[in-house]
Amino acid sequence: MARNIRKPAVRKQESTDRAKRAARKRRVLVLVATRKGAWLYHGDAARKTWRVDGPHFLGHVISHLVLDPRDGRTLLAAAKTGHLGPTVFRSTDLGRSWKEAARPPAFAKAPDGQPGRAVDHTFWLTPAPAAEPGVWYAGTSPQGLFRSEDGGVTWEPFSSINDDPQYRKWMGTVQDGTPDGPKLHSIIVDPRDPAHLYFAMSGGGVHESVDGGRTFEPILKGLEVVEGFDKTEPTFHDPHCIRLCPSNPDRLYQQNHCGIYRLDRPSDAWVRIGKNMPKRVGDIGFPMVVHPRDADTVWVFPMDGTSVWPRTSPEGMPAAYATRNGGKTWQRLDAGLPGSQAWWTVKRQAMTADALDPVGLYFGTTSGELWMSRDEGRQWACIERHLPEIYAVEAAELT
Amino acid sequence: MKVLIPSSLRSYTEKSEAQASGATLAAVLTNLDRQYPGIRFRMIDEQDRIRRHIRIFVNGEQVRDLSQPLTATDEVVIVQALSGG
Repeated sequence: MARNIRKPAVRKQESTDRAKRAARKRRVLVLVATRKGAWLYHGDAARKTWRVDGPHFLGHVISHLVLDPRDGRTLLAAAKTGHLGPTVFRSTDLGRSWKEAARPPAFAKAPDGQPGRAVDHTFWLTPAPAAEPGVWYAGTSPQGLFRSEDGGVTWEPFSSINDDPQYRKWMGTVQDGTPDGPKLHSIIVDPRDPAHLYFAMSGGGVHESVDGGRTFEPILKGLEVVEGFDKTEPTFHDPHCIRLCPSNPDRLYQQNHCGIYRLDRPSDAWVRIGKNMPKRVGDIGFPMVVHPRDADTVWVFPMDGTSVWPRTSPEGMPAAYATRNGGKTWQRLDAGLPGSQAWWTVKRQAMTADALDPVGLYFGTTSGELWMSRDEGRQWACIERHLPEIYAVEAAELT
Repeated sequence: MKVLIPSSLRSYTEKSEAQASGATLAAVLTNLDRQYPGIRFRMIDEQDRIRRHIRIFVNGEQVRDLSQPLTATDEVVIVQALSGG
């Protein structure tokens, strides 16, 4: 019988070499969705040079562009134009060719005589975990939840919430939502249990299902609302972005209209960790980015939420902020970013991280600049300027 | 009948003019969608309403009701209305 007679030290060296070879093959693909089309940026192994592929769908409003991590080649793009209704485009060859969904997300037809809702645009796309190949979720404006079981070719209303009278009341009207329409976003599937779901609505609060979406319940405890409104009423809650930590799926972070929060399950009480941010910067913003391997580390990108809500960088000096201890303390990360007169900001889907070591961070601005950091935010560099207003940035890994 | 297609929808038809049949505007649009899958939903929402920035003219008159009767000699023009920058 053959025996492995290599010494442990030799085997360890071989294993390290294999890991290094695998790491050298890893490439980051940055997916940029804008108000006027989509762009793909292919990075080299060092994440120093980027090959641009685009525009795709020039003139289309692309709200979200996502790579299916389960096959590494299928892309879904949530699209509409100024004139035309919403749709979803699908590519199975990394954007070389696109085909439109046969049945894009659409609400059920209302009974005769009743005003039904129509999807204005699909806003958010979430692939399910590996245990559910082909399953995707979509959140729309106005607020609706949809699911596809065939990789995004056909979509159906999901759960009862789209037509549930209580949920409809919490969703409010178009006037109760964000300036370009109320949205359902931050659809999260627990990687350990596909029946455990979260989503958020602006406005309408954060909601959880433990029965595969048959029923949902709000999770609002600890969250602030605008002064004078009732905290117990979901309709007054405006979560901007919720993220679940891959390294600890019992921990979620939230950037809200009224602060930054952490939730450690099974507790249902959010803790406002944004109070520890510098007072002159505050804890208002849109994106929330979690570290792929460290549940104590997250990044936010604050904006000016004072007076009339300018939605610009505070004092014209943009910066990311990171905590490495679950929100006890925050560190300003602005090296390489403009030091003055930079009045852009970053939307809720427009900041993300890759899973390399050290983690790469990426964000797109309302003024059409794409920035990245190869060292977890210590130093920033601009990859691209002069794009249209950036709505979403995703980082995917190609091997 | 002849249906004139605006530039924003020619990714479906690949031409500025299409032929479609039907006794009503709704039927014509359904027939058009059968030939060019997906085109109807970009113009008509799931509640059968003409989308906000789409206008449809029949023989030069704007039509807002999909049940409008049509004949084979009618000319349908689909127009993209102003929608901002």
